[in-house]
Amino acid sequence: MSVLVENLTVRYGDLVAVDNVSFEAPTGSVTVILGPNGAGKTSTIEVCEGFRTGQGHVRVLGLDPAKQHRELTNRMGVMLQGGGVYPSARVKDVIRHFCALHGKGANATELIHLVGLGARSKSTWRRLSGGEQQRLSLALALAAKPEIIFLDEPTSGVDIDGRDVIRDIILGLSQEGTTVLLASHDMAEAEKVATHAVFFREGKILASGDMKSLASARKRLRFTSTPGLVTAELAVAVKSPITVISEGLYEVASEPTPQLMTRISQWLADNQHPLLGVDMGTENLEETYRRFTRSPQ
Amino acid sequence: MKRIAIQLRAELMLLARNGEQLLLTFVIPILLLSFFGSVEVLPSGDVEPIQFLVPGVIAVAIMSSAMVSLGIATGFERSYLVLKRLGATPLTRGQLVVSKILSVFCVQIVQVAALLALGLFLGWEPAGNQWPLAIAAVLGGTSAFAGIGLVLAGRLRAEINLAAQNGLYLLLLLLGGMVIPRDSLPSAASTAAQVLPSTALADLLRTTLNGDSGALLVPGTVLCAWAILAPAIAAKRFRWS
Repeated sequence: MSVLVENLTVRYGDLVAVDNVSFEAPTGSVTVILGPNGAGKTSTIEVCEGFRTGQGHVRVLGLDPAKQHRELTNRMGVMLQGGGVYPSARVKDVIRHFCALHGKGANATELIHLVGLGARSKSTWRRLSGGEQQRLSLALALAAKPEIIFLDEPTSGVDIDGRDVIRDIILGLSQEGTTVLLASHDMAEAEKVATHAVFFREGKILASGDMKSLASARKRLRFTSTPGLVTAELAVAVKSPITVISEGLYEVASEPTPQLMTRISQWLADNQHPLLGVDMGTENLEETYRRFTRSPQ
Repeated sequence: MKRIAIQLRAELMLLARNGEQLLLTFVIPILLLSFFGSVEVLPSGDVEPIQFLVPGVIAVAIMSSAMVSLGIATGFERSYLVLKRLGATPLTRGQLVVSKILSVFCVQIVQVAALLALGLFLGWEPAGNQWPLAIAAVLGGTSAFAGIGLVLAGRLRAEINLAAQNGLYLLLLLLGGMVIPRDSLPSAASTAAQVLPSTALADLLRTTLNGDSGALLVPGTVLCAWAILAPAIAAKRFRWS
């Protein structure tokens, strides 16, 4: 297990930013940390990076990130949410600098080309676009040849081509056995690379696990019928809660089975409502995120 | 040592790319020396103004570039998250502090040489003949002021750091006998000012460069203490983020 977080609490004065959370990130996994702004994602990641301390038990690559920070820096890469480079620094200079500091033989020229900045190697940080700055940040994190890499919003402000580059790099790292911990708001991108997910809200973890187990809990059935159905009666008939998604669109929070379909069809027929459409499947990550972050805790 | 050399190279490269900051570092002391060396407005007593000014302005230049310029630049590095990113590399706090101080030493070599040359041009007559001690004082002063600048920059937010560096600079400048003779201050303030690094540096430079009569032991001990303690505290207390 590359990351082990047990009963972590982080306080800023009276504010409890992270409230007794626990999760794990297996070696070689891509664990995506999701949640609204202020949910505690960055604080948790900063504790794992060793930049912040909290109460609880945290181990990264078997090391205490606060007490063994220097040892950890030899084995981890960090991509910050923004900034981190002096505005007048040139791309090739800053990548060379970080490769030299880590001293693990990462080749600066290869890294520049890996993140697609070959044509911009003489540009200064301030002259790069937002997406190019993100790719440079990723290159700096890779200079460590890391066993674990922390990525905070890696695709924020990045165009489609840049996203492809970053996604390929993340998937490549995972295949080589590097553990990736990724905080993101970009659900579509996260879904493409994640093997595990952790959902944060108001400093607590609402759900966590591998994508398959989370997906099995994300099965649902939606159907379209007359607007304004008496959902309370329908819920009793189908023995599952019913949610109105939008006008005439309903969701049954239950695994779609022939028996469930039969009960719904029967109730609609008995009450003389049409069945206009049916959608059975699995929530995408964004739908799951919305369900977790909007539902009462 | 290797990481210090790597970081020093990066610091010097950044300095070279920040031309405006470097220009300010060089131009202000040169203007000070040129102006006050030509116009008799300072209460330098029986001493020729240029004799009083050369060691004082060198001390001001050291304080400006080692404390204020370095401190403010480092504060901005914090707000740009440059320090946080460096904190994720194997570079230690101590190595960062040492490389920053060494980068200021490199600037000082050129700066002090330029000021001495300008002083000679304006009629300054060196008399101390204690160049090794003068060089030691320059090195000690740089270490002390860089340490003080980094203590502030290593703990404070960029905006507060900016105000603190400038406020402290003004205080040390006025009390340190760099451009205003300490005899002009109230006696209590003059006595208390002896423990300031600015006073110690100015006194040492006047004794070693001008041959002024003055004890070397007290200012030497004071500057030595600041030169060791300030960087040590900076390295210990420095925050990456």
